[in-house]
Amino acid sequence: MSRIPNADDVKKGVQDNVIWKSIFRPGSIYRKGYRDTSRDRALAAMNNVLYHLHPVKVKRHGLKLSYTYCLGGTSFFLFILLTVTGIFLMFFYTPAAGSGSEIAYADMQDLSAAVPFGSFVRNMHRWAAHLMTLTVFLHMARVFYHGAYKPPREFNWIVGIVLLLLTLLLAFTGYLLPWDQLALWAVSVGTDMMGYTPVFGDQVQFVLLGGVQIGPETLLRWYVLHVLALPFVLTIFLAVHFWRIRKDGGISGPL
Amino acid sequence: MAEEIDQQVYDDLIAQGKSERVATAKAKAAAVRQQKQQQAAEEPAQQAQPAASSPPAGDGGQAGGQAAATMAEAGVMTPEQRQERVRQALQAKQGETGGQAGEKAPSAKFAGQEHTHRLLAMVPPSGIQQIRGKQEDKVYTWPHLISSEFIALMAVTAGLTVMAVFVNAPLLALANPTNTPNPSKAPWYFMGLQELLLYFHPMVAGVTIPTVMLVGLAAVPYVDRNPSRRPENRKTIIVAFTVFMVFWAVLVMVGSFFRGPGLNWVWPWVDGLWFAL
Repeated sequence: MSRIPNADDVKKGVQDNVIWKSIFRPGSIYRKGYRDTSRDRALAAMNNVLYHLHPVKVKRHGLKLSYTYCLGGTSFFLFILLTVTGIFLMFFYTPAAGSGSEIAYADMQDLSAAVPFGSFVRNMHRWAAHLMTLTVFLHMARVFYHGAYKPPREFNWIVGIVLLLLTLLLAFTGYLLPWDQLALWAVSVGTDMMGYTPVFGDQVQFVLLGGVQIGPETLLRWYVLHVLALPFVLTIFLAVHFWRIRKDGGISGPL
Repeated sequence: MAEEIDQQVYDDLIAQGKSERVATAKAKAAAVRQQKQQQAAEEPAQQAQPAASSPPAGDGGQAGGQAAATMAEAGVMTPEQRQERVRQALQAKQGETGGQAGEKAPSAKFAGQEHTHRLLAMVPPSGIQQIRGKQEDKVYTWPHLISSEFIALMAVTAGLTVMAVFVNAPLLALANPTNTPNPSKAPWYFMGLQELLLYFHPMVAGVTIPTVMLVGLAAVPYVDRNPSRRPENRKTIIVAFTVFMVFWAVLVMVGSFFRGPGLNWVWPWVDGLWFAL
């Protein structure tokens, strides 16, 4: 080769081969020959995985920050962030407790002291969880004030209420996992109330605690709920929620 | 063209004592106006000209004759003149098609053809899809929406990163079922319910109220049948919802910041905080 390849040669070499073309569908901004035309803008949305979330075109008023405050999107993003940080935390955490084998609490101490970035990721997980609870609440308020639950969006409002409940349950089950005094007693306040459920109070409490009071069985049970069962259910409801947004005509309004 | 002025208007204005500049300008304007009026008067006559083969009344009917009518006359043709013009035009047309009879003339074009049109299909009106949507003001998702979403999630990530670096999540002593801290508080999002526990039986505060609340929220779209989404048309429900939200926010605040040991009332700036996230 007589000359040193410049940036354009490198770009051409990377983009102009079968592997790259097989990954990025026509219209992708990463594919060779993307031009900023209406056709390619439409294809960029249509041929992207984000087409599951967004149509090719959206109402102009929906772009205004003062309409949505990006609350629903932020909640979804926080859910993803919580999943990522949560997976990291799972590598270093064992949901085991009981006198003489307080592994969960020991893992929490190690996470803060010995694991690289352990403290940072744990902090992020906790603050993101509190923030998500808040943004989901505010998203509900925003939707209410815009009357966005009115036909044809009634059912999606109900799905949203289920998602709010699931978010609260996820936050609450996660609260127990550090297995410190704060976790144990904050959760006790909540679970004591469940025992007052009419007729089935004791049974409900027994199933949720895995016993008559909070103990090692509760920790394991809530861990599974927190990392597997509730996220699974939440994901399904999220899919329905997003699908209905598009089927019901996209974002509501303008007012 | 621009040099043309109406001399009479110019002289009048000078006589009135106007300056030369004003007089020239007004005289020019008058000349332009006159020109436009003249053009407007000519136009209808010109449009009529190609079709008009009619001579003026006095000239005698010459079939297909030259357009002798002056513009002024064409503008004010009498009904008789019009009828005469049409008759002459038709005669000229028959001459072109070989002088056939008047009724046959229209079909002459299709001579030798068995069908003049063909029926392809009958479509009932209900079979035609009717699209009733109205045009909406829309923009492309890429790049408009995606870029703002990206900025929003970057901002959230940045904020959380700063928070995670500088503020540590609490980790107290190992859980001990025999040592109840005073006060024991629920997480902040359940603090409203815990505050209600101070006033109601646990079954009411812990089970009945949350259930009624969730069911009530889910029922909102089916209870509120007002079709309008404009805030000025739904004052009642907006006030009701705002009262509900403020009520819960106050309960959470009171429970979080104004309750100390034994869940007794404290002033956070006097007695300190009993609150952990």
